[in-house]
This record gives sequence, C-alpha cells and structure tokens, in this order.
Amino acid sequence: MAVEVKPRESSDVETEQLATGCEAIAEAIRLADVDVMAAYPIRPYDGVMQAAAKLIANGKMDVEYIVADGEHSQFEIVKHACAVGSRVFVGSSGVGWFYAFEAIAVTAGLRLPVVAICGNRALDDPGAFGTEHNDSLAVRDLGWLLPWAETAQEALDLALMAWRVGEDKRVSLPVAIGLDGAFLTHSQQIVKIPTQAAVDKFLPPFDLGDRLLHPDNPITIAPQVDQDWLMEIRMQNDQAMRKAETVIREAHADFKRLFGRGGESPFLDEYMTDDAEFVFFGQGTLALPMRVAIRRLRKEGHKVGLVRLKWFRPFATAEIVRSLSRFKAVGVIDRDYSFGSPYYGGVLYNEVRSALYSQPKRPVVVGFIAGLGGREIEQPMAQEIFEKTKAAASGDLKSGDTTHWIGVRA
Amino acid sequence: MTQTESSITVEVVYRGIFQKTLAQRICRSIVLAARKRGHTGTAFARYGDSPERNGVPAKQFAVVAINDLELEASMAKYEPAVVDVSIAVDDTLVKGVESWAWYGRQPIWKPLRKEGFLLVTSENTPAEVLAQTDTAERPYTLVIVPGGASFAGLWVFKDDHTDYRVLGALAKVVPDWVRLEDVKALIKEQTKDEGAVQSAQYGFDGAKLRAVKSGEGTSSHEVLQFEKPGWTTMRPGIVVDARKPGERNPQYKKYTARTLRPVVNFDTCIKCTMCWLDCPDECFEVTPEGHYEVVYEACIGCGICAQVCPVKDCIVMVDELKFEDNDDKWQFWKKDHDGYNKWFEQKSGVSANPQVRTPPARQAGSSNANPSANPTTAAGGDE
Repeated sequence: MAVEVKPRESSDVETEQLATGCEAIAEAIRLADVDVMAAYPIRPYDGVMQAAAKLIANGKMDVEYIVADGEHSQFEIVKHACAVGSRVFVGSSGVGWFYAFEAIAVTAGLRLPVVAICGNRALDDPGAFGTEHNDSLAVRDLGWLLPWAETAQEALDLALMAWRVGEDKRVSLPVAIGLDGAFLTHSQQIVKIPTQAAVDKFLPPFDLGDRLLHPDNPITIAPQVDQDWLMEIRMQNDQAMRKAETVIREAHADFKRLFGRGGESPFLDEYMTDDAEFVFFGQGTLALPMRVAIRRLRKEGHKVGLVRLKWFRPFATAEIVRSLSRFKAVGVIDRDYSFGSPYYGGVLYNEVRSALYSQPKRPVVVGFIAGLGGREIEQPMAQEIFEKTKAAASGDLKSGDTTHWIGVRA
Repeated sequence: MTQTESSITVEVVYRGIFQKTLAQRICRSIVLAARKRGHTGTAFARYGDSPERNGVPAKQFAVVAINDLELEASMAKYEPAVVDVSIAVDDTLVKGVESWAWYGRQPIWKPLRKEGFLLVTSENTPAEVLAQTDTAERPYTLVIVPGGASFAGLWVFKDDHTDYRVLGALAKVVPDWVRLEDVKALIKEQTKDEGAVQSAQYGFDGAKLRAVKSGEGTSSHEVLQFEKPGWTTMRPGIVVDARKPGERNPQYKKYTARTLRPVVNFDTCIKCTMCWLDCPDECFEVTPEGHYEVVYEACIGCGICAQVCPVKDCIVMVDELKFEDNDDKWQFWKKDHDGYNKWFEQKSGVSANPQVRTPPARQAGSSNANPSANPTTAAGGDE
C-alpha cells in the first residue's frame, strides 16, 4: 500500500514529547533519515518496531521496513543493505540477539557501520524479560562499538552519535546501543526532539566511498581467506577501534555545540565526584537509584559519588584510569555475570581491574552483581553496596572477598 | 513517594489487554496535563504484568514531580511501593487483585498511602463498592467516577470518554497536581471535541467522595500469600513440581480476573458436557449426578460456557460485585433446592423456572462490557 510521505520536516523549533526509550529511538531513525530497517519481534526491542511502524503509517517517515523471518535474517538484511550504501537500523534483545550472532560477528568483520539497539534482557533460561547486560556484552570482543544509555533522551542522542561515529571512514564499525529493558525501553520520559536542520548539520550523508557494493564499482567483499590474510584484517579492526575513541570525542564536541547536551565527557558521566572518597561505577539505568542513594549518603556526611560509563567499547582506558585513580575505593556494579571469571566477578569489574593494574596508585576495587533479570536496585541494596565498598577501602574485607551478590534470597 | 510538595504517584489498576490502552491514555494524560503547569513526570506500565492476559489485573503508573531531582527521588523505587492515588477502571477489581507480577491476592488499597484516594469507575453506589473492598487498614477516600468497566481502549469498541471522566475526577481530588483547566486544554488539543472536554467536567462534577475509616470494608476475601524460595532452597536446573492430575494450582488462582461470573441453573442443565469441554481453564467439575459445577477459584469469567450452553438461561453471566465468596454452589443446590433457585433468581435476574420467560439480566458496566462480546480475539501479546 502506498503511503503518502510528507516532505522532511524543516521545522526549526525543538519539540518535546512524552516518549519511551523505544519511541525516542524511532524518532532518531526518522531524524537520521534511515534507508533500511529490519524487524523481528522480541521484547523489549519490539517497542522500537511498533513506534517506527507508526511513524511510517502516519506518513512521518520514509524507510524500507523489512520484517524478517528471524533475527539472523534481520541482521543479515541490514548488513547487505549497508554494503550497498544504505544507512541502516536494526535491533533485538536477549536470546533474539544470540540467534543473530553469526550475522553480528560478520558485520563487524566486514566493517559495515550497522546501527543497532540491544534492548537488554535476561538470557533464557529461565525465561525473563527484565534487564541484564549479558546479551550486549556477549559481542564485546567482536568489534562492535557499545554505548549504554541511561534515559530516553540519551537513547535518542546516542543513536544520532552512533551513525555519525560508526559511519566515519576512520571507524566504519557497527554500533549497538544498550538500552535497559523496562526501566528505559518502556518508561515514558520527557524527551527533547531536535530539529531536522540541526541533525542534518551533525550527521552527514552516509558514504561508503570506494567500498560501495555497486555494479558501477565492481568489487568483491567477504571472500574466504586463510592464515596468510587473517591477522592483518584483524589488525585493521583493532586500529579502527582505537581511532573510534578520537572520533567519539570529536562527535561529542559537535553534538554539544549543536544540541547543548551530552555532559563533559562522552565516555564518563561523573556525579558528585569532586571530593569523593568512594565511587560507584556502572552503566545504564542503575545510575538513577545510585544517585538518589548518593544524595542521601552525602547528607549523612559520606563523600561518595558515581562514575557512569557511557561507552563500554571502545573502553576509554586512559580516561577511566585517570578518573578512578582519584578515589580510595570503587564499587563496580555489574548488571551482568561472568561465571568462572577472575574472582567470580562481573564483566565490568574485571575490565576495570585490568585497566588499573599497571597504575602505581590504584583504588580498591570491589565487585557487585546486582539487579539481574530486571530486579530493582533498591535503596537498602545501594546502602549495602556503599558499606561494603567503604569497608574494603579500610581493609576490612578479606583478601579475595571481592565479589558480592546484592539482593539475592538465600 | 508519598504525596509531598514535591511529587505525586498515581497507579491505574485495570483488566489486562482489555483496558491496557485505556490505562495508558490515563497515565500519559496525567503527565501531559501536569506538564502544562510546568511539572515534569514519567508514565510506565509494570513490566512484570506483561505479556498481559485477558482480564488478569495489571498496573500502570504516572509519577509527576516539581523538577527532575524530585522525579528521580520518586523513581528510585521503580515500581512504586506507595501511591497517592489508585484508580481502578473496573469496580470488580475492588475485590482484590492477583496479578502476574506478584504472588497472592492483594487488597485494592494495598499500596495506597494513608488518606490517599481510591478512584473507582462504577455504576454502583459508594456503599456497594465499599462493601466488597477489603477491610481498610488505614483511612482513605473512596471516589466513585460515574461509568462502568470500559473496554473502549480496544479498537473494536467505541470511545466512551472513560479516560476523560477519570481525569476530571482526578482534578477534583488532587487539584494541586492536575488542574481541571489543564485537563480540558489537553483534551481539546488532542480531540478538538467539545463533548470530550465536557466529559472531563462531568467526571469532575459527578465524582462521589466517601471517606473510609480504618476497619471499614469486608473481611470475607481470602488471604493468599506465598513465600518466594531462595537460591539454597530452590531445586537446581529450574525444576518445579508438576501438578498432579486433577490438582489445581494453589499458587495462582485466577479468579480476580473476573468481571462477570457464570451462575448455573442445575434444574435446567441437560448434562450435555459442552461447558466442561469448552471451558479454556478447565473450571468445571463433574458432580456425582453428572451436573457440571463451576470451580470459582479457577474461573476467569470469560463467558464461553454461557455462550456454548444450548439451554437458554442455564448458565447466566452475572456482575462479580454481587458475590461474596467462591463457594461451591452445587452443594447449596443439593442441600436447599428452593433456597438455591431463589438465590439464582436474585443474583441473575432470570427465572429459575424455564416455563417463565424473563428478559435477559441487565449486565453490569457499560454496554461495552458485554460478555457476549467477549473480545478474546482482540488479545495481543507483545512478547
């Protein structure tokens, strides 16, 4: 059925909407003038499907919207569309993300800047819908850029950043934005929708250059290689990931200039850290209850703050080390698990410890596993995290006793 | 999270699927109306209720605050443990709610703070609604908003302005947060329909307030609560005990999903098995005499038994608010035949004698809440 599409809105007035994280992403798809998106339903990603479909149905957006027969096809469709020069969007959640895993791996291998969201959801079994970061984190070694949003506004903003950074020729890597299921994907918040003119200034048209798969540009992509070629190809990906850090900083500076948002650093969002002795470290929506806890603890005289990680890949090691070295102790809160890992800690915990290893002055690092499967991190849990972090700083915890599960029934 | 000068939390308790859109409209409108006077806010559904099932009680929330900092303070407990206003958009929900998201049956006022407001859309009187509400543990104000259980959020039903009436009534009880003029302006913007605006005024004017003291209400509803096991007490491998054949789930009973309940005339039953066969929840038990009796603890009130029963008025769907218990009614009929038939006639408004022609019982709720229009096909999961 033909749908009349209105000309792209040229309104120069920023508007405001009450939108879920998913709806905010749909607005970003519209503003970025995405060419192809692929859909296959799984909660919480399906919220984006619905919101984008409605924008198309209402004539507000013109995008080739392909409903796939499964997540693997979904990710293959956008990978191919991207190879022929389309700006693309895709996404999934939990086990759906895993069903697409092979396509996810090859997309990074091919240096195709697909932008995805992973609506973070616990992996089956047991079946659960709530947030857990293991789905996104499973691709951490493959060459995907992995930012995490905390609010619906940040989801929209990070999506625009994702196309800008991923499509930059120095990077040309896929990006998967982590959105916490329920807390972010399904909560309606007040979101500022930028103007098309401002977005057009920020986001240049997608141009694959001489890598464009087109009859006028006869090339082969994705040939079979062997040991004579593979390491050099991996090295290119490594270099692209290294450059991503600089490109993110540039894009962030532009974003701030054009939209007036984004905070001081693209990588870290620090809260009440100036005089802090102890900080919590984590990503996504857990920042909200921790900030509320910090305000309460500060009233009691505790010098405590929060460092929220906004990009897990690339891991801005130098900046993170510089930030965390200022504190006596860091309580890393993982909304994930890594069974059998060093100290049985979470993924973030071991990344942070590894990053700090060569520093002459290191904070004590304590690991917390909390909020799995969408369980809320409530104030008594935040209090427990604080007390254990503080105790560790004064050497009260036994050596090796560095990972704590918070809020689990015995 | 209690109502302070800095924030207010409102919940909408509704029938899963059937009233999902209605609840969403109400919650969104609360935030948008409050936004008109400069407040900020958020609206969300309880994730644990989803995927919703037909009629199973579910919740959505609206939180409004004077600024972002206060909103955060309020959101630190994502699913509010305490609310300032609870809105039930079907009066049978006052009998208690057993949802997907928790274990056991809870009184409708469970999260309501002391001296909070319980808004109920109902065509019954405050006294009739209160009579079916669990004994109050703290004082609150019951507010009856004129209107029945609306299914208008479903696309097959006509809009009936239930959301506007609720918003009008809300403006009456918490004017510091939601002003009538803001509600009206919002509705006008969204609908360009003066009739819709007037519905908000009607909700404002027609809302009946009844102060409820501690101790008022009924103690006849069962207490249904369960302890959740810990990691040391669970069986490994995600194993749970199966139910034995014929055994019903003692942890999840389903009856609070009911707006209407089937009442059986055992005299006219021809023992054809149709109700027993077609009941999607296997609620019927065979009696020693070959009748089929409803196990009310398991019945969700879908009305399929009444639809498939070939005998006129043998199974009649009746407003759930008229019943105090889930007791076995076949025993009643066995022990006291005439007494039962009198009870049947009184509840259903239908004669127990098939020779007597009676008009069909007037059903509770709006014309939309009609059991013959059971919208099972409209169920939309969102997994």
